[in-house]
Amino acid sequence: MDHFPTSWGRQRNDAYDAYNTYPLHQRPNPGHDAFADSVQHTQQPIVTGTSVLAIVYKDGIMMAADTLASYGSLARFKSIQRLHSVGTSTVIGASGDMSDFQYLQSILDELIISEFTEGDKHELGPEEIHEYLSRVMYGRRSKMNPLWNSLLVGGKKDGKRFLAYVDLLGTTYTASTLATGYGAYIALPLLRTAVEGRENDLTEEEARKILEESMRVLYYRDARSLDKYQIAIVNDEGVTISEPQKLVTSWGFAEGIRGYGAQTQ
Amino acid sequence: MTSIGTGYDLSASTYSPDGRIFQVEYANKAVENSGTAIGLRVKDGIVLAVEKLIHSKLLVPDSNRRIQTIDRSVGMASSGLLADGRQIANRARDESYSYRDVYKESPPLKELVQRMGLYVQAYTLYSSVRPFGCSTILGAIDKSGPVLYIIEPSGVAYGYHGAAVGKGRQLAKTELEKLKLSELTTREAVFEAARIIHLVHDDAKEKEFELEMSWIGAETNGLHLPVPKDLLEEADKKARDALEDYDE
Repeated sequence: MDHFPTSWGRQRNDAYDAYNTYPLHQRPNPGHDAFADSVQHTQQPIVTGTSVLAIVYKDGIMMAADTLASYGSLARFKSIQRLHSVGTSTVIGASGDMSDFQYLQSILDELIISEFTEGDKHELGPEEIHEYLSRVMYGRRSKMNPLWNSLLVGGKKDGKRFLAYVDLLGTTYTASTLATGYGAYIALPLLRTAVEGRENDLTEEEARKILEESMRVLYYRDARSLDKYQIAIVNDEGVTISEPQKLVTSWGFAEGIRGYGAQTQ
Repeated sequence: MTSIGTGYDLSASTYSPDGRIFQVEYANKAVENSGTAIGLRVKDGIVLAVEKLIHSKLLVPDSNRRIQTIDRSVGMASSGLLADGRQIANRARDESYSYRDVYKESPPLKELVQRMGLYVQAYTLYSSVRPFGCSTILGAIDKSGPVLYIIEPSGVAYGYHGAAVGKGRQLAKTELEKLKLSELTTREAVFEAARIIHLVHDDAKEKEFELEMSWIGAETNGLHLPVPKDLLEEADKKARDALEDYDE
């Protein structure tokens, strides 16, 4: 806060010194809005997660995300879980700011508890969680203080599969294949080719293969990704989030790439 | 109570000359007139059971529940004024929330009970409010394992292995003392709790009652849940049969 009263500018009230007879002396910091830094809103993410991928398959939905939380271009935290189960039939995956994601986890946890304590045997399913999240995200962007995430929400409740997207603007959409971040450019076309039209035929094994292949492509192409990833499955048995798994990759070809391998020219 | 009518019972903010607060004692009377509630703290869990007296046949079965959930693994059974019990439950949920908001973990039951004790006690201090007409049994599994407390209308709270409040508390306590609580499994405790509730129920005075039970244990994944219907019916039937043998 700037404590020079003259830096605060003229009073808005025209009745006060309407003819500017009271000159302001030269300001110590001309042209600077003294109130601009009194309240700060999120203007950029700090510790970030990259893409999340999700597809619908025969028995439910499947989601994948690597375990990296980057600090800018630095691979800062290498085993951060970015998939989170909410209640008994929903999983969410987050890219973007990890501290905002942790905040979302805590409010969702509280939401689930307050529903549980009702004791009415009703539970929030993926559709409700997604709607709730979209209202939170839109509310925050309307306060010019968004939660800097792109989220995928998936689940299965009462035999109905659900998969949808929500981001920092409160934008939502739904599809049988979804991806956030870099994955929306690199992996989504692959997922669409593999999944669209076969949602009711894909087995768990096939779905897992499709996601693994897409995660591998992403690891090759996305400089903010990691070869350690987790897969979340929601089917009739509920939510299961796998232990971290390693991607098998080969970088032999890199030797021949100019600017990467041993050669200098 | 020989001092009744002497004017010292008009406000909870006035002591009687011999150092008692009559309004608090009357609040205890409200609890004593209510159906029994018991809690069992056993080897691997908690069981709560309530004798819910049915004052009208027109009531929908299972309505006016007296066992409530405070948190994932915290349950509460109240005895006394039902509406006061609900107020306490809501406050306990708020306290649980605020603890989690600060510490990012569920409150230990001891902490929750201490805060609730302060809250209940505050209602014994002012002439503008009346003390809570209900005793509360709080049970949970927290970091230290199964825990069980009673909060009385005065605001005092003690931890127990076996807790009983309400009309049949004396008999219930002697029955609880006979059990080896620390050796019982939660499932076994369900049957014992049902038996005790049936035993303390006075057929002569009150005809109808509903057995309400909840548990926290390994079988519920540490959640506070109503005892499943089939198990509840089995325990209920077994308790009835045992009672008939007992009467003969």
